[in-house]
Amino acid sequence: MVEQISEKILVRGNEAVAMGAIDAGCLLFFGYPITPQNEIPEYLSKHLPPLGGEFIQAESEIASINLLLGASATGVRAMSSSSSPGISLMQEGLSYMAGSELPVVIVNISRSGPGLGGISASQGDYFQSTRGGGHGDYRMIVLAPSTVQEMYDLTFLAFDLSDKYRNPAMILGDALIGQMKEPLLRRKPEKMDLPAKDWALTGARGRKPNRIKSLYLQEGELTEHNWKLYQKYERMKKEDIRFETVNTEDARFIIVAFGSMARVSKTAMELAREAGMRVGLFRPITLFPYPEKALFDISKRVKHFLTIELNTGQMVEDVKLSVDRDAQVYFYGKPPGALPPPEEILEEIKKYYA
Amino acid sequence: MDSKHFYHDVIMAGFGGQGVLAIGNLIAYAAMKEGRHVTYLPTYGVEMRGGTANCTVVISSKEIGSPIVQRPHSAISMNLPSLLKYGPRVLPGGLLMVNSSLIDLNEVSRNDVELLAIPVNDIAIRNGNPKLSNMIALGAFVEKTKWVGMESLFASLEKVFDERHHALIPSNIKAIQIGAEFVKKTETNSTNDSK
Repeated sequence: MVEQISEKILVRGNEAVAMGAIDAGCLLFFGYPITPQNEIPEYLSKHLPPLGGEFIQAESEIASINLLLGASATGVRAMSSSSSPGISLMQEGLSYMAGSELPVVIVNISRSGPGLGGISASQGDYFQSTRGGGHGDYRMIVLAPSTVQEMYDLTFLAFDLSDKYRNPAMILGDALIGQMKEPLLRRKPEKMDLPAKDWALTGARGRKPNRIKSLYLQEGELTEHNWKLYQKYERMKKEDIRFETVNTEDARFIIVAFGSMARVSKTAMELAREAGMRVGLFRPITLFPYPEKALFDISKRVKHFLTIELNTGQMVEDVKLSVDRDAQVYFYGKPPGALPPPEEILEEIKKYYA
Repeated sequence: MDSKHFYHDVIMAGFGGQGVLAIGNLIAYAAMKEGRHVTYLPTYGVEMRGGTANCTVVISSKEIGSPIVQRPHSAISMNLPSLLKYGPRVLPGGLLMVNSSLIDLNEVSRNDVELLAIPVNDIAIRNGNPKLSNMIALGAFVEKTKWVGMESLFASLEKVFDERHHALIPSNIKAIQIGAEFVKKTETNSTNDSK
């Protein structure tokens, strides 16, 4: 098949996120600079104003997230991006937005922690992203791109999903995917059929005022609100799970990895195949909702799972929760620093492949 | 169709300001123009500030998994620290290109790789612009490897360079051609030598 190379551009993952946001109709950006995600605000600061949008560099991440809360309450598509320490500062706002049911997109091009840590790639924010981060019983949609094209596609999708569920959606990338360049085809995916934003604060002329809030003090009110949120999260699990499988059909051994580590693992899987080992790859694209059923179904046939992460063990817990009882789950993790090459992962496969 | 499958990778390294990121970007862009799958992985942040800069470029006929390469098939070392770091990693039988203007060839410890020594700074100075030594290197490397066509490379300059630098494109093209010529001559000479 002939590829339409004339339309492709070579861009960084971070730039692809910014382009995806613009093509999804995002008009407002609020943020505060931090490595390694600065190409996102840099691009949007240049390209949002000519579209009638606005770029605001706030005085802090706390200000950014609260500006975002206010903006999204008006029904406009808005976003922020940051990196790990900055995302930590935004957790209160994220909790409020989940409670207030506001659709926003947050991008975390994560770096390494804890604390200020460093600027190298890391997947140490898996728990923070998928387990809430802020207070209260809430969930965020979390999408984990593993190519530059997906940085674009999933940003577009994140806006749709956040609108579909009136819930914050996060892009969880890392320094590797954010900084690397790959060809990008800037083609808008088909937009979802989305409900009208009749809840938005647009001026109450001719209608009853809308209220956006997360405070519920009347008896039974908060219980009901939490059940409503719960139903929403359950619906996400039914309707919006995304994952990729490669060579799982005949596999006797499955690598589970997301984002940047999934692509290094993909090469490791190919090396293992060349060496005659029947290895497959399972890559969750939605980290919440997690593709637990798909993983469970595979674990009825395949009994060996190796989870690869750029941390000391976070997603592996979800893998263990998902697979059948008699399946073995192994783990290979690396704290931030040197990125593991495929050969290193191949050695781990050899250790456990029976 | 198996003969059409190919996979190339290179780690290019030097000190910040030598322009290795620019030439990595150019070769990746040119390969993309030719319909290849490519990844370009630069160093960023602390390493870039005053230290060494490097990038890894992968070009393939198939979708690329890992953009991280531990043992490359080829390397370009623009200064000594880069040679010491990446020289030992090149796969046996691979290509090691070194900037012999800044690197004493006695420092090359490998005899199981093909050595391509190009005095890129000297050539650039001789041709009137020391700043173009990275383009000399690029021309030499592409002439040697034929990973991309020269025309694609030239056409990529306006995509990779910011518009305010477009006036410099002709001198960059010339530098690439001079680098390529150097390799052609060296290869002709060595063919004659062997006769």
